[in-house]
Amino acid sequence: MADPSNLIRIMPAEGMRAWRSHHVLRFPTRTKDNDLTLASPLPGPLSLTGLFTLTGILAISGEALAQDAGKPVLTVYTYESFVPEWGPGPKIEEAFEARCECDLRFEGLADGVAILNRLKLEGASSPADIVIGLTTDLVPEAKATGLFAESGTDLSPLALPIDYSDPVFVPFDYSYLAVMVDTEAAENWPKSLAELVSGDREQTIAIEDPRTSTPGLGFLLWMKAVYGEDAKAKWEELAERILTVTPGWSEAYGLFTSGEVPLVMSYSTSEAYHRIEEESERYRAADFSEGLYLQIEVAGMLAGSDNPDLARQFLAFILTPEFQSIIPTGNWAYPVIEGIDLPPAFDDLIEVKNPIYIDPEIVAKNRQAWTQEWLEALGR
Amino acid sequence: MGMRSRKGGDGIRAAASATSVGDGAKTHAGGGLRLGADTDRLWRLSLGLLAALALAGFVAGGFVLLLAGTGAELPVASILGDGYLRGVVFFTLEQAALSTLISVLAAIPLAAALHRARFRGRTSVLRIFLLPQALPVLVGALAIITVWGRNGVVSDLGAALGLPRFSIYGLEGILLAHAFFNIPLAARLMIAALDAVPRESWRLAGQLSFSPLTTFRLVEWPAIRRALPAAASLVFMLCATSFTIVLVLGGGPGATTLEVAIYQTLRYEFDPGRAVALSLLQIALTALVLTLATRLGSAEAGDFGLGGTARRHDTPSRWRSLFDLAVLFAGLLFILSPFVAILVAGLKADLVRLLTEPAVLDALVTSLWVSLSSGTLAIFLSVAILLGVEALASAERRAVIASAIPRRGLEITASLVLVVPPVVLGAGWFLGLRQVTNVFAAAPYVVVLTNMAMAVPFAVRILGPALQDAHLRSEKLADSLGMSGLSRFRLLDWPALRRPMGLAFALSVAISLGDLGAIALFGNREFTTLPYLLYQRMGSYRTEDAAGLALILGVVCLALIWFAERSSSLGARS
Repeated sequence: MADPSNLIRIMPAEGMRAWRSHHVLRFPTRTKDNDLTLASPLPGPLSLTGLFTLTGILAISGEALAQDAGKPVLTVYTYESFVPEWGPGPKIEEAFEARCECDLRFEGLADGVAILNRLKLEGASSPADIVIGLTTDLVPEAKATGLFAESGTDLSPLALPIDYSDPVFVPFDYSYLAVMVDTEAAENWPKSLAELVSGDREQTIAIEDPRTSTPGLGFLLWMKAVYGEDAKAKWEELAERILTVTPGWSEAYGLFTSGEVPLVMSYSTSEAYHRIEEESERYRAADFSEGLYLQIEVAGMLAGSDNPDLARQFLAFILTPEFQSIIPTGNWAYPVIEGIDLPPAFDDLIEVKNPIYIDPEIVAKNRQAWTQEWLEALGR
Repeated sequence: MGMRSRKGGDGIRAAASATSVGDGAKTHAGGGLRLGADTDRLWRLSLGLLAALALAGFVAGGFVLLLAGTGAELPVASILGDGYLRGVVFFTLEQAALSTLISVLAAIPLAAALHRARFRGRTSVLRIFLLPQALPVLVGALAIITVWGRNGVVSDLGAALGLPRFSIYGLEGILLAHAFFNIPLAARLMIAALDAVPRESWRLAGQLSFSPLTTFRLVEWPAIRRALPAAASLVFMLCATSFTIVLVLGGGPGATTLEVAIYQTLRYEFDPGRAVALSLLQIALTALVLTLATRLGSAEAGDFGLGGTARRHDTPSRWRSLFDLAVLFAGLLFILSPFVAILVAGLKADLVRLLTEPAVLDALVTSLWVSLSSGTLAIFLSVAILLGVEALASAERRAVIASAIPRRGLEITASLVLVVPPVVLGAGWFLGLRQVTNVFAAAPYVVVLTNMAMAVPFAVRILGPALQDAHLRSEKLADSLGMSGLSRFRLLDWPALRRPMGLAFALSVAISLGDLGAIALFGNREFTTLPYLLYQRMGSYRTEDAAGLALILGVVCLALIWFAERSSSLGARS
């Protein structure tokens, strides 16, 4: 019973992938997978026993979905927003399966950190072949697990804003952290990090917690890269402008789009989403004169993969135009190779001339101390 | 003692007359029959202990598996000496104690007024009172912000009147949100206690023309006081483990609870030993507070009841009517306004498209069967534990055992699962299960079991008092009739359980329906529930979809509550 939710389709709907015979709602019988047996007939609609029985019936599962017989399965761990129909996952799956004679399966976890934790829990026997969606900040930690193998991918097509060479992890997209502005609520918004720190206290910002989220950590690094030793004092100054610190991006962005807060820490490419999907120019990314913080997302293959050749083939596929052209409007980020046509809305985004980036090894060494400093600056 | 226990008595009495007509001779074999009842109690006790052990084992198993699977040790010494952690513990207890105080104090006049007042839509209001438990916390928090936030309705009104905009972020925001989530819960507990006031008391109060104040002092307050320990302990546990509210409305890292520290320890530092040690600290602290609370109060378990039909004979009083009107207006406005915000936001979404999306339908079906299964299991487990509790209580009454400690232990076990961090439990079982099976195949079972465990503390509090009343009234009669086994359950326990069963089931289902803790670790593309999908949409800019899903979730939940309560009351009448 690998696919319980798919087994119980009460109502076939248009566009539904499958309404095959083995999806039919099963009446309770003893099956190999499930010992739960209910002998009672279908009950009347308004009785408690009926409710319990209905529960039993709903909980009963049938046989496992027939898999694409014979084809090797390539399991890819990624983050949640990669997987849904509007995300890049399904298109990538289709494109790669057309050339690999395999079954590519994405497993969506909460975020990059969750992926890494899952691998630590599973160790060498992880069912994953590939991981896609770690930020470079996590690379030292990921390498320390000893679970990853060298990619063997030719990185020469890469056109990142910084020099990149790593034998293990292959970049698949990048984006810049940026403060998003609700232009209906804020007419004058900060044009630099310095203006953000010392500007109008009434114009508040929602940020993410660096202890629990990727953009939160990114902002911490951004402040550190610009202010160095003074970062703590600057955080103390900025504190008065911070409306709240949320556990993750979703909460902060939810506050932002619901009109509660005019500024939010997000990505410069967030603007592209609103321009393209909502055809709205209400939400703009603020360009900061100090530069924006660069976030690179990478993929890697596991040493314990059952299909190492296939995994390598997938990593090489990442740097092809076919994969990269899915990135801009699929993952709302920039492609890592040149020659990819970007939608016109991307031309209106901030052109970053001086990206800010701290080497992941330095981040790994100092993360705890810097987080402590942040805590002291913002804590009561 | 309302309808329930009388029903129980009626069942027994009917059986008694049947027995005496059928074969009266048997009643003379007194000794043997007593033995039968005792054996029966032993069975019930074993059943209760087994259920409690299963529950405790599920929790402890998660911890042990996590420690064994990662080879971690418990850093007890370093935790006790950690100054930062002391601050976290202090803040956790401070905000939980304040939240509990506010929620319970505000619930008292609201419950009293709701019990006195009869107005159209009262039943619906009482059902909506269960809804906060079924809402993903973030949905509730954003709805509260729509009303109370910096740019919320209240702030806008204030600004129009020339008042400065106020900010709720900080301790006050946390308390406000906790009040929204917990006043309705506490109020329903108290209303149920008021429903259990004997008819004669109301009649007497009417005949003696008690003033509203005297009625409160002599009739209402003693009943409400009986529900206080259960209400306070439940609210305390829910607030002590609060996570999203504390982080979103707390305003900054100064507001960090133990639950946040545990999450951070496991997720970002990946330190399983420390995470388990912190969880144990959280459980121990809560156990301490609960023990103190039960010592202060008179009854251990409170009663949700059905908000049913106690016939009151109040003397008309203009002041009381005015007071009730004011309390109801303010209380209902406070509790219902965020729901209006959810409704308004949800209606802006493209509901037709959402409801025809395969992903949504998939998640809906998954949510339904997961919540219905875990609700069912929670009821079975709670009944088993309560049968054990009653067996022990009966042994205490008959002075077979002198100490109440075993019974209290059983009751506290059934409560404490509420403060076990799902992220730690999930990680442990994840590790353990993958040694023996495919985790994704096992995911639905783990999620159902975790949700079941979370619902037991609620179900036990709903079913417990009814069963207690039935046993106090009819146990001796049942004993003397030599009832045992299934017939004893059918005639003594079942009539008492049947009426509150619907509410217990509805609340259990609601809790499971809104859960995100267990599904967060085990959810995958093939196994998605509605709250999981909602978060996924929020995580990819689709806030409108998320608002629509929140509305769908709320409607589904209300329908289930309506169905469960309706079916149980029909069952009880027939």
